[in-house]
Amino acid sequence: MDAASVADRVKSIIVEQLGVREDQVVTDARFIEDLNADSLDTVELVMKFESEFGLPTIPDDVVENMQTVGKAVEYIEKALAEKGGEA
Amino acid sequence: MQVSERRVVVTGLGVVSPVGCRLDEAWKNLLAGVSGIARLEECGEGFRCQIGGKVRTLDVNVYLSPKEQQRLDSFCWYAVAASDQALEQSGLKAGENIPCERFGSLISSGIGGLNTIAAQGLRLDQAGPRQVSPMTIPMMIADMGTGYVAIRHHLQGPNFGIVSACASGLHSIGEAWWVIKRGDADAMLAGGAEEGISSLGIAAFCSMRAMTSNNDEPESASRPFDATRDGFVPGAGAGVLVLEELEHAKARGAEILAEVTGYGASGDAYHITAPSSDGSGAARAIKTALARAGLSAEAIGYVNAHGTSTPMNDKVETKALKLALGDYAYKTTVSSTKSMTGHMLGAAGGFESVVCVQAIRDRIAPGTMNLHHPDPECDLDYLPNAARELPELRNVLKLNMGFGGHNAAVIYSRYEG
Repeated sequence: MDAASVADRVKSIIVEQLGVREDQVVTDARFIEDLNADSLDTVELVMKFESEFGLPTIPDDVVENMQTVGKAVEYIEKALAEKGGEA
Repeated sequence: MQVSERRVVVTGLGVVSPVGCRLDEAWKNLLAGVSGIARLEECGEGFRCQIGGKVRTLDVNVYLSPKEQQRLDSFCWYAVAASDQALEQSGLKAGENIPCERFGSLISSGIGGLNTIAAQGLRLDQAGPRQVSPMTIPMMIADMGTGYVAIRHHLQGPNFGIVSACASGLHSIGEAWWVIKRGDADAMLAGGAEEGISSLGIAAFCSMRAMTSNNDEPESASRPFDATRDGFVPGAGAGVLVLEELEHAKARGAEILAEVTGYGASGDAYHITAPSSDGSGAARAIKTALARAGLSAEAIGYVNAHGTSTPMNDKVETKALKLALGDYAYKTTVSSTKSMTGHMLGAAGGFESVVCVQAIRDRIAPGTMNLHHPDPECDLDYLPNAARELPELRNVLKLNMGFGGHNAAVIYSRYEG
């Protein structure tokens, strides 16, 4: 799986979940401040990332630091690489 | 001014229903006897009841963004749409012509987001606890309709819901009337909203044998007071009224559609689902409402009945009307608009109250459709199969009864200064 496709899939989940335009979902966009997410949105987003990418549960302290689109993509790519390594 | 002297009038109406999602459309259909009941794709083989009054013509995008739609159960969509319409008609705007904290909301649901409960229950079972949506609770709780409407329109006055099953909508209007009368608010949104089309709910009502199995003739399956009635038809939607303190409405030159003059509530203390067999429970609610309104039975020109089309309800309700109105019960007119909408459950009292106000305004009452076989135990004038003009109509009684033995009665009157 290449990096672009992970970013694209993350982006489309965010667009759907938060009801924002695609051009708002830039790497530096902050979920709460820029994309108008509330705490319930962030929980649902994380659940969708987990199920879309088949990831193990993302720990709460990691979620707390995953404040931008870029950070989310970065974490998911890293988690996928680790998952691939195990396989 | 003494609390009891405050009068409460209706200045706005809004509907979402199987017979239309705008007031003019729904009213026209009811007067023409048009049914909103059809086959349900949700309930196929295996369901005893496979028909219902679904909300089919609501363009929810007019009211809510895609993100809002995702985060609200459909019963809340209906509450929002009906409230928006009612507010538009009334011309009230919190923060502009009424202080936010003087405007409240009491829009109830008998059950809440049953489809959300069913879907997330399945998810818990199939995917485990960590996959249960964080939106489950806000989407399922029955008070979210009234809560969301308040957020949307900045209504900071009293805000809560009432749970009394199929009487929830009418109790809400009666209690909202009291909120204004006692001076806690100058205006209230009041009514009910329900998503009655839920496969879990329908399966459960079917197991109780409360629903019809006349699936081959959807449009005539809801036949209140007819000898061949065999259960209710599920319905969905909302009915919301803007209630406003009279002097407040007059001061801003609002059009006054009707006055709420009486309200009574009572409990059967009898059985979990059956109404008290002699009708005395509902009769007490009616008598209280008449007393509050200072009206005698003879003043009631039309009764919009609970009329669910179950064998038990229609018989007991007829007894209740005779107990409360005496021999005059035979002289007044009664009809059940559920013959066209199906049973909108917690929304019924809201929607049917809109019908009552329209009846007063236009001096005409919708008929009870599909009434062809007289039942000896249902022997009042139910306006069979056609609307009737009632030129002298001044006062209308609205009655609803809910599982649990809850009865509500509200009286709407022509406002004559």
